[in-house]
Amino acid sequence: MISAPALAVEGLSVEFRTRGGIVRALDNVSFGVEKGETIALVGESGSGKSVTAYAVMGILDPAGRVTGGRAMLGGLDLLSATASQIAEVRGRDIAMIFQNPRTALNPIRPVGRQIADVLIRHGNVPRNKAQGEAVEMLRAVGITDPVRRAKAYPFEMSGGMCQRVMIAIALAAKPSLLIADEPTTGLDVTTQAVIMDLVNDLARQMGMATIFITHDLALAGQRSARIVVMHAGHVVENAPTKEIFEHPRHPYTSELIAATPDSAASLDELASIPGSLPDLRRADLPPCRYSERCPRKIDACAQPLPHTTFGADHVVACWNPLPEKAALAPTESAA
Amino acid sequence: MPIMILKRLAMAIPSLIGVVVVTFLLTRALPGDPAAYFAGPAATPQAIQEVRVKLGLDKPLIAQFGNYVIDLVHGNLGTSLTTGQPVAQELRNRLPASAELTLLGLLVSIVIAVPLGILAATKPNSLLDHACRIVSTAGVSLPVFFTGLILVYVFYYLLGWAPAPLGRIDVFFTEPPRVTGFYLIDSLIARDPETFMAALKQLILPALTLAIFSLAPIARMTRASMLAVLSSDFVRTARASGLSSFTVIITYAFRNAMLPVITTLGMVFSFLLGANVLVEKVFAWPGIGSYAVEALLASDFAPVQGFVLTMAVMYVMLNLIIDVLYGVVDPRVRLEA
Amino acid sequence: MTDIAVAPPRESALTALYKHSRYIIGENPVTGFAFALFVLIVLAAILGPHIVPYDPLQSDTTQALKPPSAHHWFGTDQIGRDVFSRVVVATRLDFFIAVASVVLVFLMGGLAGVAAGFFGGWTDRIVGRIADTIMAFPLFVLAMGIVAALGNTVQNIIIATAIVNFPLYARIARSEANIRREAGFVEAARLSGNSDWRILAFQILPNVFPILVVQMSLTMGYAILNAAGLSFIGLGVRPPTPEWGIMVAEGSAFMVAGEWWNAFFPGAALMVAVFCFNLLGDGLRDMVDPRRRT
Repeated sequence: MISAPALAVEGLSVEFRTRGGIVRALDNVSFGVEKGETIALVGESGSGKSVTAYAVMGILDPAGRVTGGRAMLGGLDLLSATASQIAEVRGRDIAMIFQNPRTALNPIRPVGRQIADVLIRHGNVPRNKAQGEAVEMLRAVGITDPVRRAKAYPFEMSGGMCQRVMIAIALAAKPSLLIADEPTTGLDVTTQAVIMDLVNDLARQMGMATIFITHDLALAGQRSARIVVMHAGHVVENAPTKEIFEHPRHPYTSELIAATPDSAASLDELASIPGSLPDLRRADLPPCRYSERCPRKIDACAQPLPHTTFGADHVVACWNPLPEKAALAPTESAA
Repeated sequence: MPIMILKRLAMAIPSLIGVVVVTFLLTRALPGDPAAYFAGPAATPQAIQEVRVKLGLDKPLIAQFGNYVIDLVHGNLGTSLTTGQPVAQELRNRLPASAELTLLGLLVSIVIAVPLGILAATKPNSLLDHACRIVSTAGVSLPVFFTGLILVYVFYYLLGWAPAPLGRIDVFFTEPPRVTGFYLIDSLIARDPETFMAALKQLILPALTLAIFSLAPIARMTRASMLAVLSSDFVRTARASGLSSFTVIITYAFRNAMLPVITTLGMVFSFLLGANVLVEKVFAWPGIGSYAVEALLASDFAPVQGFVLTMAVMYVMLNLIIDVLYGVVDPRVRLEA
Repeated sequence: MTDIAVAPPRESALTALYKHSRYIIGENPVTGFAFALFVLIVLAAILGPHIVPYDPLQSDTTQALKPPSAHHWFGTDQIGRDVFSRVVVATRLDFFIAVASVVLVFLMGGLAGVAAGFFGGWTDRIVGRIADTIMAFPLFVLAMGIVAALGNTVQNIIIATAIVNFPLYARIARSEANIRREAGFVEAARLSGNSDWRILAFQILPNVFPILVVQMSLTMGYAILNAAGLSFIGLGVRPPTPEWGIMVAEGSAFMVAGEWWNAFFPGAALMVAVFCFNLLGDGLRDMVDPRRRT
């Protein structure tokens, strides 16, 4: 674990200019992914997990601005790189797949051409070979009859197949890091499992690191070695999966676990997390954005957030973390 | 694809029927006695009666309509009172003049408007964007005949760069041997560069007038469409894949953005065909528009009816071509069972 | 794409409307400017003949074709009439033609469209057929044909302009009526015993009205251009009546020879009026339905 991480995000802060004011979407976000490691970025809607990915990839909405921090990919800081450096790196070293695969593909271009475009751009593949390689990519992501399918358009394919195509596009140039933003939302449950298996398999084959963004803690628990929990633009906890489920330290994490169907016996036992996300436009946001809805709030919570490390690699941003073994009865989550 | 063309053709038929019915009704809706109109202002009651019988205006309306359709099928659009020539023949002779002008105007318009719209969309709220907006709004407000006159005043009278607005070709040149009727093409076929230049010079101002007129809707639609497409999911994917700016903006974004622009062309043609008439008057252009206007002022109605019919049929055909073009660009339309 | 949570502000509807309007005008002061211009045009239309320095019909051949000067701000035309007076007085006629056309098409198209959307079935089919047939023609050409057929008068120009714009209004009214037909409150009204006509008149029309008003402002500009175009080629208005299109036509021969003021000022007046109506229409549209902004 001493090797250089695939991606190291340090102190990332992002704000958005909106009609209602400035939204401080991300505040001092830090986490890392090791080579070949699969981690999950988990949080409610509005927690900033997608914004983190977009900021790292450099595809933020024009109203958004990075106001601080670094994102080190190898030796390059993605946030301060020039436009041409970023264009080189995107697709080749770091790639992303999105939710709603059908709208994420060009509707009037055959899918084979879309894969070939990436191959030609990054893969040093000559034009006449690109189509053949694209067909091979389609085969690798499990699309049957790839030669015929390569000439098809997205509207002729199912949601699951479109997602496979998107994976093919992302992995065409064999990047070392893949960011998957809610890739299975909108797909039916069987397809979800199949797609996730595909991503995991390919990642293992290629030695590729993966950041898996999701609001579904159970899914994150099944598929990743490490979980980074986000709330309202902050990283609140960062630990190996087993640790998170067995020894959650941040009050928010334990609420999240309680609200997740996997760890509850029935729907009746599902808790909901009290309160709601704070308005991120406020000038008077407290340093801990969870404090206003936190049952464990103490006076110390008015101070800037700490980053306490428990054990080897369990980081918590809380002044009053849960004591060990206090949260829930041991769950059966795999890691 | 051929099935799609046939389907579109079938959909055009009701429009054509409607056009024929309306043009028939237009002449029969004339106040007073249609026969008197067709006979002309100087006709005696006897002559009017002869015309009435000759044109079948004493028969019931249905029979008249039947005769009208039969005449159309035979290509008979009546005879002009003022020139004594068959309307169909005169329209055929003059059509290339109008077509050359309109097509050149549209071409110039697209060449200016589309890049302008793309640039404005890629740099929103920049100076270029605001300039594009102003040009669009102004273009829509300018009466086309006024633009033509101003261009003539500035470029002919003040600057002396353009020739006098006296028609398709300067007095000292003869028209090239007729192959298509398009002076530009025919002079090239006849390998006569001087005639080509002479014809081009006469074409510039009227074509520019039409271009300025149709610039606005095309630029506006290109800009709006590009803006929408540039913020779409698949453009985001293309950017995330690190594709080059050119590929993202042109191959991915523009090809998709073009679709509503193609649809807009239908509306643009409607305006252009109308504006054509006005521009022909300003520049003394011997096309079908000026033919109809002269006939109208002389109370000669057969040419006007023939003109409206021809324009409408051309418009229906143009819309058909635009539909087909849309299908070529958008496979979703082509391939849906 | 951004998953940021934002708490909604709470304030009364009126305050919201005021703030919204101020925001629109603030973001686009041009709308305010267009409105001021509109008021100016209306004043010129109403007061025109009473405030102009010269009689627009009075000719004086000794003063023919004089360029703009202190005596004649816009110069004189070929038979010595004051161009400025004629341009201002022409406002009334052109404005009247535009307003009449727009009101007529609003009534015809609005009612037909609303009926088509609400009743569906044959009403819808017939209105649709009529609209499609009109749209099969290039609009100005059809207007020419209609004026040629009905006769060369101002009323027929108004009718022709209304007919040519009918499809657009019918379509807008129809889709709005369609949406509202599906909406719950029509069902509720029906259930409580209201006849179809009452629902049409009191529930649907008032909702359709704002969107049509926006379109009417935009059509005013088109109607003026249409009328001017028709009179430019000699249809509708006859000399010596002052009307912008005819004045440009009369002045065109002289413009080519260098006497530009004859045709320029009426043409510029046309442009300013149309520009004003277009801007006004855009501003109104922004206020009524920001989704449709381009």
